Amino acid sequence: MSVVFKKTRGLTDTPLSYCPGCTHGIIHRLVAECLDELGILDQTIAIASVGCSVMSYEYFNCDSIQAGHGRAPAVATGAKRVHPDKIVFTYQGDGDLASIGTAEIVHAAHRGENITVIFVNNAIYGMTGGQMAPTTLVNQVTTTSPFGRDVSLQGEPIRMSELISTIPGASYVERVMAADPISVRKAKAAIKKGFERQMNKGGFSMIEILSSCNIGWGKNPSDSLKYIKNEMAAYFPLGVYKDKEKPV
Amino acid sequence: MSKVLMKGNEAIAKAAIYAGCKAYFGYPITPQNEITEYMAKYMALSKGVFVQAESEIAAINMVYGAAGAGVRTMTSSSSPGIALKQEGISYCAGAELPAVIVSVSRGGPGLGNILPAQSDYNQATRGGGNGDYKVFVLSPNGVQEATDMVRHAFYLADKYRNPVMVLADGMIGQMMEPVELNIEPLETIEKPWAADGNLERGYRNIINSLYLNSKPLEEHNHVLNAKYLEWEANEVMVDYYQCEDATVLLVAYGTPSRIVKSAVNKLRAEGIKAGLLRPKTLYPFPSKEISALCPQVEFVLSAELSMGQMVQDVRLAVNGQVPVYFYGRTGGVVFEDKEIVDAVKSHLGGVK
Repeated sequence: MSVVFKKTRGLTDTPLSYCPGCTHGIIHRLVAECLDELGILDQTIAIASVGCSVMSYEYFNCDSIQAGHGRAPAVATGAKRVHPDKIVFTYQGDGDLASIGTAEIVHAAHRGENITVIFVNNAIYGMTGGQMAPTTLVNQVTTTSPFGRDVSLQGEPIRMSELISTIPGASYVERVMAADPISVRKAKAAIKKGFERQMNKGGFSMIEILSSCNIGWGKNPSDSLKYIKNEMAAYFPLGVYKDKEKPV
Repeated sequence: MSKVLMKGNEAIAKAAIYAGCKAYFGYPITPQNEITEYMAKYMALSKGVFVQAESEIAAINMVYGAAGAGVRTMTSSSSPGIALKQEGISYCAGAELPAVIVSVSRGGPGLGNILPAQSDYNQATRGGGNGDYKVFVLSPNGVQEATDMVRHAFYLADKYRNPVMVLADGMIGQMMEPVELNIEPLETIEKPWAADGNLERGYRNIINSLYLNSKPLEEHNHVLNAKYLEWEANEVMVDYYQCEDATVLLVAYGTPSRIVKSAVNKLRAEGIKAGLLRPKTLYPFPSKEISALCPQVEFVLSAELSMGQMVQDVRLAVNGQVPVYFYGRTGGVVFEDKEIVDAVKSHLGGVK
């Protein structure tokens, strides 16, 4: 009998700490498969952030550095600058990247750091129990927007891919989602392209992946996937926002 | 190598490069800008890494990343900037990363001013980061010692896998003095723990300060504390001046200690047997050394450019054996030797 499907070498055997139904696990697998398929796993330094993925250093089967909240792009800058031939990527959520870490992500892109950013946007602070994030949708109920996000008080959700794409130093920015088999395949292609961009010394890449938080959203996993497709993707349009190789 | 006349900040930067610093991350703040400016030029020329970060927070986190990836690295700043770095310093201590932080302190609180001050003693030795951690703190008294201590800081950082701070003040940063730099390569040590993206070593490396369970975190804190106890036992550095027969002990550190030294001379000329003990390491603090002199002295006086910070450590060291007094100026005002002489005289002969 031949093996037609197996666990990727890019992940360790440690059981994931994510809630059942959450799409972090799928995204982890996509990243890990890309690292393995591109043959770069053994030369990679993963930068874990703070949030649901705080333990990602336990799951990615490569060297890892756990960063402070929002600081992953700065930590990645330090590691990449001293080892320019290694592959360095951050794995960050929306609270980490779009709130407390806005300075770090903007300036890593601004400097054109040759790193890859995996940005998992589930429109909520999942790990801390479902508080409002800058990406929380209008009228979405969270523990800190109990009456729904009120634009007059809390502003409209911030669109990070659009923002980062305006920065000259950003090379490749794409928003994808992990909502069904087709979108997951597209997400993998985008992640792979991001790592290839880095391998070619093409500069800063960020792949935003719309993801679910069925627990924080108060929905079942199936409805959560529909919410990504119908509600999130409506406000956060999918697509390539920037694709510009550095002039060699 | 012969002596050259150098500005303190530039000498500090040059000494760091000679000590094998391969990556510098900084953010502009007075009075330490010449360190960043020197690094911008000479890191590039020596094939090292220089990044002007978007903030002090980012700079220390870049240090965290570079140190975690196994490279000798440093940052520098001044008081309000060091305040911002405390988060990253705690992470470096928690993850046991070697890093050098140069603090060229200025007047505070808040924006304060850009004049020399020693009001960041507590910031340096206690730190504002979270958790049970310690930073090794070296205190130079001039440009020559600042360069020697920067070199020593890299040695200590690698040896103990811990952040080491060189606490200078605005005077050291801005004044020019003749210096002789040590250009011998500082020995590099193996860092088999580094997350440098090389799985050929056969195992994965993880740089981390997260311990979700209580027992492992308690054990980790005991491991860290064992290092601090080792420093207290083996790494204290102190300078004595006229202490053998002293009946009055002055304690001062940094450049102001040179003014206090002059005060000791003046007191001696008047027949008052004063001596100066200068802590060169602020943490670990020379508590045993101060305590050992107590039986022979009438009192101890701590002279600082602050409202009284190191004096708390002096009191703990003296532990009630003799009275402890304080004299300080602050806000960028630097005391004169005469003020110290008068302060000592005012306390002679017991409580009045």
